[in-house]
Amino acid sequence: MLLRRRTGWPAWGWRSPFEELERMRREMDWLNSDLSRGLFAERSAGVFPLMNVTEHGNSYYVRAELPGLKADELDISVTGDTLSISGERKLAAEDEKAQYHRREREAGTFSRIVSLPGQIDVGKVAACCADGVLTVILPKAESARPKQIAVKAS
Amino acid sequence: MADSESKALQAKEKAEVSTPAEQTRPGLVYTPAVDIFETDKEITLLADMPGVKAGDLDIDLHDNVLTLNGEVQAPEGDGEVDVIREYRTGKYYRQFTLSQVIDQAKIDAELKDGVLRLKLPKVEAAQPRKIAVNTA
Repeated sequence: MLLRRRTGWPAWGWRSPFEELERMRREMDWLNSDLSRGLFAERSAGVFPLMNVTEHGNSYYVRAELPGLKADELDISVTGDTLSISGERKLAAEDEKAQYHRREREAGTFSRIVSLPGQIDVGKVAACCADGVLTVILPKAESARPKQIAVKAS
Repeated sequence: MADSESKALQAKEKAEVSTPAEQTRPGLVYTPAVDIFETDKEITLLADMPGVKAGDLDIDLHDNVLTLNGEVQAPEGDGEVDVIREYRTGKYYRQFTLSQVIDQAKIDAELKDGVLRLKLPKVEAAQPRKIAVNTA
């Protein structure tokens, strides 16, 4: 604080000592909210569907939980290093006379684009849907794969 | 763009629960989202249980308590490293108390694309009967 005042920094004038306390309180709040979410908190983009992306060998695997959707009801496209998935979840119309006790399942449209860490071999992307879980396998492009470089002795 | 009829789906985190009995195996437990509706003849329950295979789903009706228990196998193969993890997988568990008497023999369950459709037919109301008294 003393040093700051002498060098004239910050330039926006006199800071109240409470300002510093306020900053500390904000930082504590931030730390607190971060911790309360758990150490392994998922950092979600908050867009439906939630996705898990994993990497193994020369492929990326993208998974999403889409119960009740069939593979042909999904619109999946790949360009360069992005994967986009869109579709609509429809709930079957039930008997009109049916009386609902609970209605928690939701219908609606969705669209999501994910950027992958590297380029993808667009021609070899495969997708399958089993038990309501979509799996998209995206092989890495030849240019994105690690290459062994031989050193030539001159 | 979403039209007026179908709204855009919002991302929702799965609701975690603690089961009444302690788990023998460690792991996460989630509540499946359900729809329950009733007609004159039956009660139908629809539950979203993505990742549950038909053989791993256990449905139990005992003393008017319906229990759904679905085990989920981790979909990731060996050696896969997380890049982004937005959701976790775990088993599904939910219990309901049924008010109506259910005809247990006619219960029908179907699991398709991660959605369970459970039909619980009501017991036919006891027919009024006249009892003939025989005179000896």
